[in-house]
Amino acid sequence: MMAAQTAVSAVELRGISKFFNGVPANQEIDLQVRAGSIHAIIGENGAGKSTAMKILYGLHRPDAGEILIRGERKMWSTPAQAISAGIGMVHQHFMLAGPYSALENILLGVELGNSSAPLLKAFESLARPVDRKSAKARLDGLADQYGLRKIDWDLPVETLPVGVQQRVEILKLLYQEASILILDEPTAVLTPQEIEELFSNLKKLTKDGKTILIITHKLKEVMSLADEVTVFRAGKVVGRRAVADTKVEELASLMVGRKVNLKIEPPSKPVPRDPVLEISDLHLTTAPGRARRVHPLEKISFSVRGGEVVGIAGVEGNGQSELLQVLLHPRDFSKRNSASVAHATGSVRCLGRVTMNEQTRLRAEEIKLLGVGVIPEDRQREGLLLERSIEENFLLGLQKRSVFSRNGFILRKNLREAALRAIEVYDVRPRAIDLEVEALSGGNQQKLIIAREFECEPKLLIAAQPTRGVDVGAIEFIHRRILDAREKGAGVLLVSSELDEILALADRILVMYAGRIVAQFNRGEVSEQVLGLSMGGAHA
Amino acid sequence: MTVLRSRIFRSLQPLLAVLIGLAIGLLITKFAGENPWHVLKILVNSAVGSRYDIGMTLFYATPLILTGLAVAIPFQAGLFNIGAEGQLTLGALAAAAVGCVFPDIPWPLAPVLAVLAAFLVGGFWGFVPGWLHAKRGSHEVINTIMLNFIAAGIASWVTLYILKNPESQNPETRAVGAGYLIHHFQSFGDAPLSSAFVLALVAAILVSVFLWRTVLGFQLRAVGQGEGAARTAGIDAGKMKITAMFLAGGLAGLVGVGEVLGNAGRFRLGFSPEYGFIGIAVALLGKNRPAGVVAAALLFGALHKGTSDLDLETENVTRDLSLILQALIILSVSAVGLWDWFNRNRPAGRRA
Repeated sequence: MMAAQTAVSAVELRGISKFFNGVPANQEIDLQVRAGSIHAIIGENGAGKSTAMKILYGLHRPDAGEILIRGERKMWSTPAQAISAGIGMVHQHFMLAGPYSALENILLGVELGNSSAPLLKAFESLARPVDRKSAKARLDGLADQYGLRKIDWDLPVETLPVGVQQRVEILKLLYQEASILILDEPTAVLTPQEIEELFSNLKKLTKDGKTILIITHKLKEVMSLADEVTVFRAGKVVGRRAVADTKVEELASLMVGRKVNLKIEPPSKPVPRDPVLEISDLHLTTAPGRARRVHPLEKISFSVRGGEVVGIAGVEGNGQSELLQVLLHPRDFSKRNSASVAHATGSVRCLGRVTMNEQTRLRAEEIKLLGVGVIPEDRQREGLLLERSIEENFLLGLQKRSVFSRNGFILRKNLREAALRAIEVYDVRPRAIDLEVEALSGGNQQKLIIAREFECEPKLLIAAQPTRGVDVGAIEFIHRRILDAREKGAGVLLVSSELDEILALADRILVMYAGRIVAQFNRGEVSEQVLGLSMGGAHA
Repeated sequence: MTVLRSRIFRSLQPLLAVLIGLAIGLLITKFAGENPWHVLKILVNSAVGSRYDIGMTLFYATPLILTGLAVAIPFQAGLFNIGAEGQLTLGALAAAAVGCVFPDIPWPLAPVLAVLAAFLVGGFWGFVPGWLHAKRGSHEVINTIMLNFIAAGIASWVTLYILKNPESQNPETRAVGAGYLIHHFQSFGDAPLSSAFVLALVAAILVSVFLWRTVLGFQLRAVGQGEGAARTAGIDAGKMKITAMFLAGGLAGLVGVGEVLGNAGRFRLGFSPEYGFIGIAVALLGKNRPAGVVAAALLFGALHKGTSDLDLETENVTRDLSLILQALIILSVSAVGLWDWFNRNRPAGRRA
């Protein structure tokens, strides 16, 4: 098919199958990765990409099939064995011990990972002092060799920017002499500039003969980075392409199994209406003596009018979550509340009511009842009761509406009818309202949340990372719904770290960096490049 | 289909656990030199063999229904109430105190007042750790345990120094007024089975309606299922937890009704053989649902009564077998639950 097959593959999976409780996660997976290439693995959530990579990395044992590394058959049951065969993995959530220095994190991995009898080895290395100086020298040498920017080895890892932490992870693998690197969704937490740097680093690595496997769902990245791509769907491989011979549209329809419209028609000009959200001079300071888990906010002022989408762009962890928390739960950040971890000052008006200022702080329930719909950032923790039925989740937050309860008793017939109608309209699958929400896919969980939040036609919609972890087909649907709400006159506050999403949906874009709004643009006035720079703090 | 099957299986799990626990327990009696079959016959016979036996079983089950509910409601809100013992002690004390201080109030006002007092004082003893948890973030397990000791201290002091029965050597209060005593069921012989049993059943039904049919109950369960999601939905999690603990304390307090108004006619120190703690086992076995709690309480009541005759009827086994059986049943509940948990958590890696 391709030139790839003539040479010996660095990695080859043959007929790999894996079942969990009889449910197939991988079926007959065949995968060839050319040595020295960048190979992308794409697919929707639950398509089995991660399972396949975990099998390759020794975290799962396959039920059938074989693994070949440089043509040699391998069987392994622990990552340690995979590591000693030269395979390394950077997990989506980095495996770093926060308070320890970058150097210690790297040595920790080597001491424990590189042995068939790890416990014994760990004792050995405890007994013998680690030569930090030579380790540092070797790491600097590696960084030089592969053209990676230097790292201050002695700082605690948790104080380093995310992009640098990722570099630590990559150097850890190089230090372990890995020649096959697996990266799981490596760009999820990076700024566009950091992504660019990562990509150029990865390309340099392949020039030196390293082989790279990258798991992603961002098709644009596949096109700009990878040489070849393998597409997973429903636990099977449904296609392989050389990137040069394919297009984003083709990959998208392979992933979803049907034609997908990736372009959103540009929405009509916004019709200016009254503001639905006005924030002025909002500050958030950590309460004395409390842990610094809360990102402070500084001088935040902006407003959202009905009929417009205001997008807040920014790398995650720059105060976006805190902003939303303060908007929705002003009481929890009051000085009078002794349990609060941070104090907010400033004023917020929501749909004509003061929800927060020096004197008043509305309760979260009162704010929601003004007509605020919320699509929370962490859908599973903040949006859903996972072990409860679709029906009960639909009721969550609507339980006091007169349609659904009278005199404190739930009107079960109305609830059932409304829930059935909603999952039909919002295409939540499967259509079984007694099913536990846990069993739904990410996209369907999100659709359920949207169905619920749209039930009372919100006048202000707060949508945080609305398409995170959602499959391509559902993204299209969710974006259309958000724009529908805007057409109907609702104001939308969209918080997203996906630039494409912000650029496609927002009428105005605010950039948040280090707890402040550092830049503001109108639709069409800003390029991805400029936006990326200000997300990285260039305008701060 | 598999969903349905696993649901039926899950609801049968406690039953399976009970059978396993009983089987192991009876096997143990074999090692003690008894015939397990014979022991089982004594157990069944002594628990439900006569009207009197059935009455005693129901009598023992009454407080367990209430303390089981007192553990189950906070559990639904995500809290662990280990304080039912303290709550029931003070509830019973309050019922007795009302009866001693105002002995002349006539029936039916008198028992109504005593029931209210038991509920409110027990409820207060639940409210305190609920409030501390919601407002100050202190852990309800620690606080309820400590409040148990404080309750025991208060009960001793009030009983021995304020309401002491001058005519008795026993640590008990004076008798409550005659108007306070509640109805005994005649058809169960000498068993002190009173309308308190009916009260407990009604309480279980009300709790069931409350949790699954009312807005407040829905909110309370939402907090227990996912506090973050409940918060986002505008539910005041603290308020729900305080409500849960207050109701729990109140229900535990009602144990005093059966004891003070239906049985002893006074408050006796140490009347409870740790009903509050057995309530934890009852709630666990009943899967924190009112119907399950009632069933588990009946089972434990039957065990308690059934084993009481072992001292006389067997050579080598005493009534302490009741404790062994309870422990084994709880262990098998946990073991079966653990098995379920393993099955549920294994496929976690499936999602990409």
